[in-house]
Amino acid sequence: MEILTWTYILIGISFALYIGIAIWTRAGSTQEFYIAGGGVSPLANGMATAADWMSAASFISMAGIISFAGYDGSVYLMGWTGGYVLLALLLAPYLRKFGKFTVPDFVGDRYYSNTAKVVAVICALFISFTYVAGQMRGVGIVFSRYLEVPIEWGVVIGMCIVFFYAVLGGMKGITYTQVAQYCVLIFAYMVPAIFISMQLTGNPIPQLGLGGSVADGTHLLDKLDGVLTELGFAAYTSGRKSMTDMFMITLALMVGTAGLPHVIVRFFTVPRVKDARLSAGYALVFIAILYTTAPAIAAFGIYNTIEGTSEKNISELPSWISTWQKTNLIAVNDKNGDGKVQYVADPAANELTIDRDIMVLASPEIAQLPNWVVGLVAAGAMAAALSTAAGLLLVISTSVSRDLFKTFRPTISEKKELRIARISAAGAVLLAGYFGVNPPGFVAQVVAFAFGLAAASFFPVIIMGIFSSRINKEGAISGMITGLLFTISYIIYFKFISPDANSAENWWFGVSPEGIGSLGMMLNFIVCVLVSKFTPAPPQAVQDMVQEIRIPRGAGKAQDH
Amino acid sequence: MACIPIDALTSFRGKLLFSVKSQNMPNDKVKMKAYWRKNLQTLFLLLLVWFVVSFGFGILFVDQLNSVQIGGYKLGFWFAQQGSIFSFVILIFVYVVRMNRLDREFDVDEE
Repeated sequence: MEILTWTYILIGISFALYIGIAIWTRAGSTQEFYIAGGGVSPLANGMATAADWMSAASFISMAGIISFAGYDGSVYLMGWTGGYVLLALLLAPYLRKFGKFTVPDFVGDRYYSNTAKVVAVICALFISFTYVAGQMRGVGIVFSRYLEVPIEWGVVIGMCIVFFYAVLGGMKGITYTQVAQYCVLIFAYMVPAIFISMQLTGNPIPQLGLGGSVADGTHLLDKLDGVLTELGFAAYTSGRKSMTDMFMITLALMVGTAGLPHVIVRFFTVPRVKDARLSAGYALVFIAILYTTAPAIAAFGIYNTIEGTSEKNISELPSWISTWQKTNLIAVNDKNGDGKVQYVADPAANELTIDRDIMVLASPEIAQLPNWVVGLVAAGAMAAALSTAAGLLLVISTSVSRDLFKTFRPTISEKKELRIARISAAGAVLLAGYFGVNPPGFVAQVVAFAFGLAAASFFPVIIMGIFSSRINKEGAISGMITGLLFTISYIIYFKFISPDANSAENWWFGVSPEGIGSLGMMLNFIVCVLVSKFTPAPPQAVQDMVQEIRIPRGAGKAQDH
Repeated sequence: MACIPIDALTSFRGKLLFSVKSQNMPNDKVKMKAYWRKNLQTLFLLLLVWFVVSFGFGILFVDQLNSVQIGGYKLGFWFAQQGSIFSFVILIFVYVVRMNRLDREFDVDEE
């Protein structure tokens, strides 16, 4: 069968599965809508968290980024997994014991202030919107590449699907569809990886294959270092970023991960504190499977590309290169007219341009796998984009209905609150779809925003709220605002106002805008502690609450006011 | 930071938002203080390992470790792209086991 037929069939089956699950697990109460009734098993929650976390970017782009960045790509690998250690040890169990529905809930109660809560809601909305726009775009791109429909139509179809199960099912529907989506995406990622690893190194486990040897007996990574330096590139296993910048970016990504509201909220859905701890462990196992495979796909991909093209006759290029030339993801331009491809670091002489996304998207063809595997990768990429989009939309709708609406109208009935939650989820889907069709030019740049802001705003006040009972609302509010303003202005300055100045010699302490969230976080901590020291201690009731969340017993079910 | 003590459990009464049965006995306070201290010790140890495997081996000392070759991997590169992630997984499960034991020991575990 044709690739296109297989793609339609596999994406069709996976969508039918998600919709079926959504109908089956329809949410009936606000508790089910916000936190799936608090009855999700740690294993299921771990899988759902992994799907929620791994976005279209993780699935499609990350391996490709590492292909071209080599060692420098490690910031994403360590940054996006190390955050789970912080989450499991410092946040998840205590927030579960606290037992409400959202991060702003915690900030509002712990800092006994609606101002603090509103600041938190604004941060949560901003982070989630930046992120969700990118996901909808990802959905559109996958559709247009695999199903050969225009990007706009891809976004609209994606919107309908997400609308259906996020609006109907709430957290309960989302959780169980995410479990299914995880299975689809990990299967789709691993199959080509295993085959490529076997063909290239003879070892079916990609994590070992990366350290294995290629046909002529030399180690893959040593060979790659040699080939790349010969062509004028930096060696694969050595870094180009400064050590300071590597450190700061990794830290910002880790802390940002632990502060992302759509990740934190997943730990409100399990029944007990010990389940929250265990669930973070499962989540990281499921994430680690993909994240330790990605660097292998990255190295295999760049190796295969160079071996298949460099100094080869243009008429004899491997078939996957000509297939993907149609999509403009890879282009050959014989500048010196010698009939061969020169892939070199010097842009004037280089004849091969490669889009990073091709490393994953073309992997089934590189491995010469049957057509159904191509369809499977398409379904996997869709699963990754949809699951993340749904999780983010839920945070947006919860923020509006619960954190904004209910805070100022506490008497609202549950039925009405549920309706508002659904309406705001629907509104968020439409808005996200709009940004998917008309992407603001800054989508790529704002990813740094989401992590930087989460690191500089939420993380410090949540940590301090748990580990110190002396931090008061004055400290928390001024800390959040300082961290936020500092990080926003630094990123806006270097990304939008004077992008020309965005180079290491102009950066403060050599920290790039991607890593500035780390400094924002430290500032937040310092301001938070200093201001609290000179202002009155929190009321006794709040101090008692802090003691209360530190012990697991009595977590019970999440409760409303 | 020293001015804001990471404080011990001073009161064990579910007043505000929680429906916990309170047992406000003085030795309870001492016990909870000890529980929290042990919790913090666990956190400190595990976070130390977390820092060493990622920021230490993967970034700060990557060049030194890269002079060691294991199979086809340079050790520093391996920690940055593989080893740190495996260590993170192990760290969380060690935490889970230790905390469950600690909860039972201090009788604060969930039914």
